[in-house]
Amino acid sequence: MLDLYGTAVSSRLLLGTARYPSPAILADAVRASGAEIVTVSLRRETAGGKAGGAFFALIRDLGVRVLPNTAGCHSAKEAVTTARMARDLFGTNWIKLEVIGHHDTLQPDVFALVDAARTLCDDGFEVFPYTTDDLVVAERLLEAGCKVLMPWCAPIGSAAGPINPVALRAMRTHFPDVPLIVDAGLGRPSHAAAVMELGYDAVLLNTAVALAGDPVVMAKAFATAIDAGRKGFQAGLLSPRDMAEPSTPIIGRAVFS
Amino acid sequence: MKTLIINGETQPMEARTLAELLCQLDYDAAWLATAVNGEVVLRDARASFDLREGDRIEILSPMQGG
Repeated sequence: MLDLYGTAVSSRLLLGTARYPSPAILADAVRASGAEIVTVSLRRETAGGKAGGAFFALIRDLGVRVLPNTAGCHSAKEAVTTARMARDLFGTNWIKLEVIGHHDTLQPDVFALVDAARTLCDDGFEVFPYTTDDLVVAERLLEAGCKVLMPWCAPIGSAAGPINPVALRAMRTHFPDVPLIVDAGLGRPSHAAAVMELGYDAVLLNTAVALAGDPVVMAKAFATAIDAGRKGFQAGLLSPRDMAEPSTPIIGRAVFS
Repeated sequence: MKTLIINGETQPMEARTLAELLCQLDYDAAWLATAVNGEVVLRDARASFDLREGDRIEILSPMQGG
């Protein structure tokens, strides 16, 4: 079981709720994925509270835990305010903390991220910070009070997969006891399996499932890949070799000449 | 009557408190989070939060997110 701020979670797939073809397909994808945690957001209400209410009723009926995000915030103050509004609305101390630093790459502003994380942790929040694979930033986030880290493996929505596996491996090695969730950049089930084989604890997905030709089947495919990658990591993976090594024993082979 | 900026739009309103404003706008307050002039106003505080001329009010609700 994965322990996230004292909550035991059996599924290692956290699923975003945006960009699905329909609410019904979103619901079916969540069920197919087995996810126990889904991310949600806050936006200006334009339908008298009815639009948000209908969406959240759907999520509530799925029986999953919500992880509100601060998506779209570009400063620590914006993110802190949004987090406090999310706590008031959703009734949870959990917050996926995003502070965007660049419009094109959606790269986190790690300086503002650490500032916001410190403020929110001091205020009783349990912060899931969307960060880079920078080890020093990770140290600062832990010092701020974060007990989970969520590094990207590629820019949000890029579907590029783990573009710097060396950095991801270093992060796993440096923080062996911190739950690490790859958040952003995964495009294929094999990407998810790859980061799980590195020893990551979970992955957070959205676009790769929501924009798939069949989101429900893709949700299941990711869940299967994540499980396979996790089992592979636990079983102990062989290190690659430069030269061949026969798998069939040499001893006892016939000699014909 | 006072002028308020509600989710970026300037509107003349008669509401005295934030709770009255949500009621006048026919909003389902159970599904909303609110802030005034950049500061969060928790749901329990809306009824006692007096609005003033020119206040900037953000009214947010749950949305799909990644």
